[in-house]
Amino acid sequence: MTSLGKKYIMAVSGLILVGFVIGHMAGNLQMFLHPDWINAYAYKLQNLPYGLLWIVRLVLLAAVVAHIVTAMLLVIENRRARPQGYSVDKPIQATFASRTMRYSGVILLAFIVFHILHFTTQHVHPEFRDLYRPLEGVGTIHGAYDLLEATGKNHVHDVYSMVAIGFSAQYWYISLFYVIAMGLLFLHLSHGISSMFQSVGLRNHTWRIRLDRAALVIAIALFVGFASIPVAGLLGILPYQDMVQGVHHMHPPTTP
Amino acid sequence: MSEKSLNLNLRVWRQKNADAPGKFVTYKLDNISPDSSFLEMLDLLNEQLIDSGEEPVAFDHDCREGICGSCSLTINGIPHGKGRMMTTCQLHMRSFENGETITIEPFRAQPFPVIRDLVVNREPFDKIMQAGGFIDQRIGSAQDANALPISKETADKAMDAAACIGCGACVAACPNASAMLFTGAKMSQLNLLPQGQPERYKRAINMVDAMDANGFGNCTNIGECEAACPKGISLDFIAMMNRDYAVAKVKRFFSGAA
Ligand code: HEM
Ligand code: SF4
Ligand code: FES
Repeated sequence: MTSLGKKYIMAVSGLILVGFVIGHMAGNLQMFLHPDWINAYAYKLQNLPYGLLWIVRLVLLAAVVAHIVTAMLLVIENRRARPQGYSVDKPIQATFASRTMRYSGVILLAFIVFHILHFTTQHVHPEFRDLYRPLEGVGTIHGAYDLLEATGKNHVHDVYSMVAIGFSAQYWYISLFYVIAMGLLFLHLSHGISSMFQSVGLRNHTWRIRLDRAALVIAIALFVGFASIPVAGLLGILPYQDMVQGVHHMHPPTTP
Repeated sequence: MSEKSLNLNLRVWRQKNADAPGKFVTYKLDNISPDSSFLEMLDLLNEQLIDSGEEPVAFDHDCREGICGSCSLTINGIPHGKGRMMTTCQLHMRSFENGETITIEPFRAQPFPVIRDLVVNREPFDKIMQAGGFIDQRIGSAQDANALPISKETADKAMDAAACIGCGACVAACPNASAMLFTGAKMSQLNLLPQGQPERYKRAINMVDAMDANGFGNCTNIGECEAACPKGISLDFIAMMNRDYAVAKVKRFFSGAA
């Protein structure tokens, strides 16, 4: 594949992933509302019609695989093109973020794998699979309560408690890892969000500074939004902290 | 002489030929006028070396006024040295301190093998030009250039692209040894103008293919090329190339040519 073909793949797969992380962060911020919010939201996502959940997952998986495979090809070719470095080697102006994309990317990959085992498949804490709680009907935008109340089975997976316990002080190292990973996401995107416009040829000197600044703002917002959750969990200061179930008195689901 | 002269330590890359291993050799050079140019300083070093029966240091140069693109050198880690928007031949010794150690290396890139000492082979640039850096025009049948109206903005942009002197500093500064700034400039100077339109998309594909075939790396949009370029060629021309190439590929796909 040509050099520019690979750049286009990086940009398009990067754009898909950026779109996902923005939506994911907005969804996660429901941790600061009543537990019904995130629990009803999670229920709704799990029960999307037409297998939409799997379609989205496959698109994301394809984007991640394309992004990583292409990144590896780029890194290999770029090493080959510059086998010998300079004895005096200091950048003229390149940012730290732009020079460390491959390293921030690799740690993000490790994070993505851990994150899926942590909260999606719950292999890290199998006991999280038994956390259930009834929706209380505080009124969310997700409409799951009315739907479930009518069937009389309104116990849903207690994602709220799962996340709060997962980030609680006893697992401080996990919260720390999340915050560090989000710091790397900030670095990766502070370069990447502007870079992808250059890669597909939609940038000029007027738009370059605007896009660089916009990338910085989005990357900071993502860092603050994402990192606030493990931090709040670690410090035990979620607004509905007292509604977190202990893992020791978990309620079994009303219907198996 | 306006200021007092400089005594320097020069850490110079010496290499017999492309296959021989190279190494740094440090030379002392005294009494250099701050008004002399960097290349004049190297001339004096070579006189000193010849006087002591050693091989002079080989380096590229021609016009010595920043227009031919022959001179090269990576000086203290920066192609053409730390002066912005200037070539090595335009760099003066007043930018250095008395007693300073100056490290002088060749441009480093796989497609630019060292021929000797500080001289590298930049022929792959010619290959890229031969792939599409021209327009087709019958000899003697060119119409009056002024008969084609071109807006001032477009003419200025094309001239900015055409300022590239093909020195290779962009490749040398790029940690990926990418030639996209050079190729982008050489492609855009024609693609921007009416005279370049007939071969526009063929040019985009052929020049990028030649760039890849010669082993240059891939741009990671970090901008070191633009910062090192003695002519201030803008990253905008890489974006233009990226866009023209994408359009060329789409056109080619829908025309059934694969
Ligand atoms: C999964 C592990 C990842 C690896 C190994 C990785 C690696 C890379 C590399 C090597 C680049 C190219 C750097 C350059 O051209 O300067 C890049 C660019 C980029 N990455 Fe990632 N990355 C990863 C995850 C992510 C994630 C999770 C996102 C989004 C949330 C993302 C968004 C981007 C964007 C937007 C670009 C810019 C594309 C361009 O320059 O056109 N990456 N990544
Ligand atoms: S783009 Fe600049 S640095 Fe690169 S060859 Fe042209 S003049 Fe030299
Ligand atoms: S010698 Fe001609 S540009 Fe430097």
